[in-house]
Parts: sequence; structure tokens; C-alpha cells
Amino acid sequence: MGFLDNFDFFKGFALTIKQVAEPRVTRQYPAEKQPKPPRVHGRHVLNRYEDGMEKCIGCELCAAVCPADCIYVRGADNLPDAPVSPGERYGFVYEINYLRCIHCDLCVEACPTEAITESKMFEFSFTSRADAIYTKAELVVDDEGKPQKLPWEDWREGEDLHTSGWMRATSPAGAASYEGEVQWSGELGYGLRAAEGGQSGKRDDAVTGNISIRTASRNKIPIRLGGKVR
Amino acid sequence: MGDPLFTKGFGLAVLIVVLVKVLLAFAALLVGTMMMIWFERKVISDMQNRIGPNRAGPFGLLQSLADGTKLFFKEDLLPERADRFVFRLAPLLSVVPAFLIFTVVPVGGVVTIAGHTVELQVADPPMGILFLLALSSVAVYGTMLAGWSSGSKYPLLGSVRASAQMISYEAAIGLAVVTVVLESHSLSTRSIIGSQATQFWHWNVIRLGIVPFVIFFIASTAEMNRPPFDLAEGESELGGGFNTEYSSLRFALFYLAEFMNTITMSGVAVTLFFGGPDGPGFHVVRWLWPILWFLGKTVIFCYVQVWIRASLPRMRYDQLMDLGWKVLIPISLWWLLVVAGFIHSKDWGFSLFGAGLVAALFLAQSIRVGRERRLTMSAAWQDPTPPSLRAAGKRGS
Repeated sequence: MGFLDNFDFFKGFALTIKQVAEPRVTRQYPAEKQPKPPRVHGRHVLNRYEDGMEKCIGCELCAAVCPADCIYVRGADNLPDAPVSPGERYGFVYEINYLRCIHCDLCVEACPTEAITESKMFEFSFTSRADAIYTKAELVVDDEGKPQKLPWEDWREGEDLHTSGWMRATSPAGAASYEGEVQWSGELGYGLRAAEGGQSGKRDDAVTGNISIRTASRNKIPIRLGGKVR
Repeated sequence: MGDPLFTKGFGLAVLIVVLVKVLLAFAALLVGTMMMIWFERKVISDMQNRIGPNRAGPFGLLQSLADGTKLFFKEDLLPERADRFVFRLAPLLSVVPAFLIFTVVPVGGVVTIAGHTVELQVADPPMGILFLLALSSVAVYGTMLAGWSSGSKYPLLGSVRASAQMISYEAAIGLAVVTVVLESHSLSTRSIIGSQATQFWHWNVIRLGIVPFVIFFIASTAEMNRPPFDLAEGESELGGGFNTEYSSLRFALFYLAEFMNTITMSGVAVTLFFGGPDGPGFHVVRWLWPILWFLGKTVIFCYVQVWIRASLPRMRYDQLMDLGWKVLIPISLWWLLVVAGFIHSKDWGFSLFGAGLVAALFLAQSIRVGRERRLTMSAAWQDPTPPSLRAAGKRGS
């Protein structure tokens, strides 16, 4: 020190020129994506039972709890000959306005039948108000239990899995001691799904296939999900 | 002296040669400026671990074209309280000098076209360097009038800063250039590069000692309003500085002038201190090598400019003035005397060098004394204890 301090001026130049050889930190976002956290809140799906029946019973609890007031539900009685859901009532109208939705997942917590859960997909940009309001036809999962992929949505590999992961990681019964206990019905395409570990550390990533964002960055797991970098 | 093109009279062929030279220089400078903007953004993103523009064209080369097109189609705003004529004139006063300075920069050697000797520069007036200094003074008006005519406070502050800064540093530039003129015995840029030709130790950067070059480089950076001397813009303080009220095409002209000045000032520095197009040539396409040497040196200078921008934070206004008036101007004045002394005789040179050192010591000592006295006085102002009591460690109430 001392004498060397006079060269601080030039140290600054050395610092900047050294960066030229360093790797770039910029991500080419639309082409190259970071992995999403396992519990990321995205676009909703309406789940179905293993036999194809809808889980929604039209109780409107989700609409009641919604702080953004973006859910509109109307229930109707099931026709005995052609029931839509295994119960008395079903969701006759189910609309979510994504211009208002804040993805807080309170609807998922409120749902008594695990009918509404969220996928990981949040990158969708619509060009009309009509597209922004998702109706039941767009929200209900397809015959394989996967979310429908609409033209303006940017789905990447793996984002249509774990749609109910957040629900299964928390404790639906409200008491933390129930965390990790299976308290839900089977899902179309998946059957009865195992619990996802939440805060209690009971998570079994080998079963669920989830990689926490922390693990991914610590172990430098490749995170490029499709697309080419120019 | 003068341009050898006109020695045989002024005919149609000469007219065509002149027109072609003007057009080529104009086009090259415009394209060069576009490339410079791209280059600056790419290099600075290299130094910040970013990628930089990469969408428009291969490697983002067309980014400036896209930006320019966008600016052309934006609304041209004229503030209500602006002085309309001056507001419209100011961008032109910035751009035109930027173009004109380049006309006296020799970009290549001398070629013969149809019996006419053609120097590869737009014009070679016998007072080339004076022309350069005069135009860089005109450019001050562009910045100053832009801020003044906007009828708004921040631009006015920016332009006041800019005019003070550019005028102060012009003195240092002038004194640095005078050493070159003394050594080359000519004001013509062609003669200046001629006097540095053939060997790199003839280059003025070495012949004159490195001091005039360093002073010229720092002062020209300040003259161009480039970081770390970009107080006229000062985004963080003045919300954009002298060009705050400008939009659309007029803003594009300021932007153009700024980057064009970077190129031309690099070219001027190469001409004055680095032998211009001088460098080893080969026997194939003999006219091409000087041009390549000139371009190569200029690009290196542009890179250094960007490097400086990436490394140094903006100076404070008093630091800027201190650097200009208390450091650059005295040193360049001293060095001018030293160079003049060495041209007369070695004895004179060394004695002036020594006299300068002694004077610098005296100056440093007087500055130190003055600073200490000021500190004592300000301490006395804040603490009314008489000095006799203060020495005993007592404090007044």
C-alpha cells in the first residue's frame, strides 16, 4: 500500500479490461430461460378426476376469496343422466380474468376439492380482452390431464407438469402437522399423487422430479430450456 | 504550399475529384459514425459482462440504423419558450463542425489520378490546424446555444457547464497543438504527417515527449464532452443536460455529432501525434496500406475512448476546472517552453525544463500554504477560541 495507492487510477482501467475475457451474464430471455422455482404461480388449470369427471363443484369459494375479484363462477345442478362432476352440483360457468389476476393462489387454498390449481406457465400475452378472460373451455385440463396450450401461451418443456405441486406441498387441512399427508383425490393422467415436501423438509424430489432453484444454481444444473442463443 | 491538386489550374477533372472526395468523406463519416455507436455499445458491454445489441442485423450491426430510423419518425417537439430560430440552428452548429474537422484529416497517402496529384484528404489548406481549432470552437456554440435556446433550466445549466468546460480545455488543446506546429514548422496537416514519416520514432508522440499527447488526449476528451467529462449531459444531475428539450431528428443530430467527434478527434490525434497514415507498406496495392494504417490507429484510439468511458466516473465540476486550469494548462505551457528551448539549443531546453521544475515546486508549496491557511481560517470561523488558548487545548464557550 502507500505508494501503490497512487496507481488506483490505472487499477480501474485494468478492472474494466479484465472483464472482456469474463463470461457474459446476460440471458437471452425469450430464447434461453432460467428454470422456474418449483412452486411458481402461473396460469390456472381446472383439474379432473381419474375417470374424467370435473373436480369443480361450483361452490364459488374461489370467487369469494379472490382479492383481485377476477374469478366468476356459476354453479348448476348435475343432470342425473349426464353428470359433469361426481356430486350434486358442478361449475357451469368458470371464468378467470387474467387482466386482474395477481396469481396469489388463494383460490387454490380455498378450493375444497383441489379443482383449481396453478401451472408454472406465466408467459402469455394476449392482444384482446376476450383472450384475456379464460373460460372453462380453456381452463379444464385435456384428456391426458395436461393443461391446454393456447396459441398465445409460451409453454416450455416441463411446465405443464406439477400443476398441483403447490397444493400438495402445503397442508390443505390447515394444520401444519398434516403437511406431507396425502389428503387429496386422484388426478386425471396421474392417479393419486404423492405429497410434495414443503417447509417441513419431507420433500422427495426423486419422486416428484422437482429441482429447487437453490439446488440448480448450487450444482450448476444446465438451465437452458430449449431455444438457441444467438 | 497548399493542395497540389490545384497547381495545374481548376478544370472539370479537378472539380470531379473534389466532389468525389467530399462525397466519399461524407458517406464514410456517416457510416463510420454508425459503426462507432455500435462499436462503443459492444465494447462497453464487453467490459460490463453484457452482450450488447445483437438483434438488428448480424451481431447487431444495424442497431444504430434502427435507432436512427426510430428517431426520424418521432415527433419533433419545439418548446413553447424556446427561441425558435436558435433552437433549430444549434444542432446544425454541432454537426457541421464535426463533419468539417474531418476534411483536414489526412486518411491516406498521395495518389495520381489522370495526371492530377490527389492527396487522400478532402482539403489541405495551408492553415489546416487553425481551421481545426476554429471549428472545435464553433462546436461550443452548438452546445451552448442548444441549452440557452431551450428556454428551460436544466439545459441552461448544462450549456453553461459545457461552454465553460470547452473554453477552458481549448487553451490546453491549443498549447499542445502549438508544440506540434513548432516541431513540424507548418500548420498544414499534410506537412505535419510528412514531418513524422518513415520511422515511428519520428512520430510526434515520441519526438515531443509524451506530455503534449497526453494533454491533447485528455483535453480533447473534455472538448468532445465525452465521459468522464460529460458534465454538459450529466443525466444523473441535469436530466439530459443541454439536449433535454430536443427530440426526433434534432436529437439525432446531437447524437451523431457526439460520436462523429469521437472519430474525428481520434483521427486528429493520430494525425498530430502518431504519424497519421504512416506505417510500413508493401508493394501490392501501394495506396491501400496508408489508409489501413490510419484506420487501424483511429480504431485503437476509439477503443481507448470507450475504455475510458467504461472505467472512469464523471468528474465533479470543481475537479474538472481544477484539472483544466491548474494542471493541464500550466503543464502544457511549461512543455511548450521546453520544446521551444530544445528547438533553439539543448542548453536552453534543459534550463527551461529545470526552471519549470523549480517553478512547479514553488507553486506546489504556495498552494499547500494557501490551503493550510484557509483551513486554519475556516477552523477559526467555526471555533471562536483565540489561537493562543487553542494551542493550550482549551476551548471557548
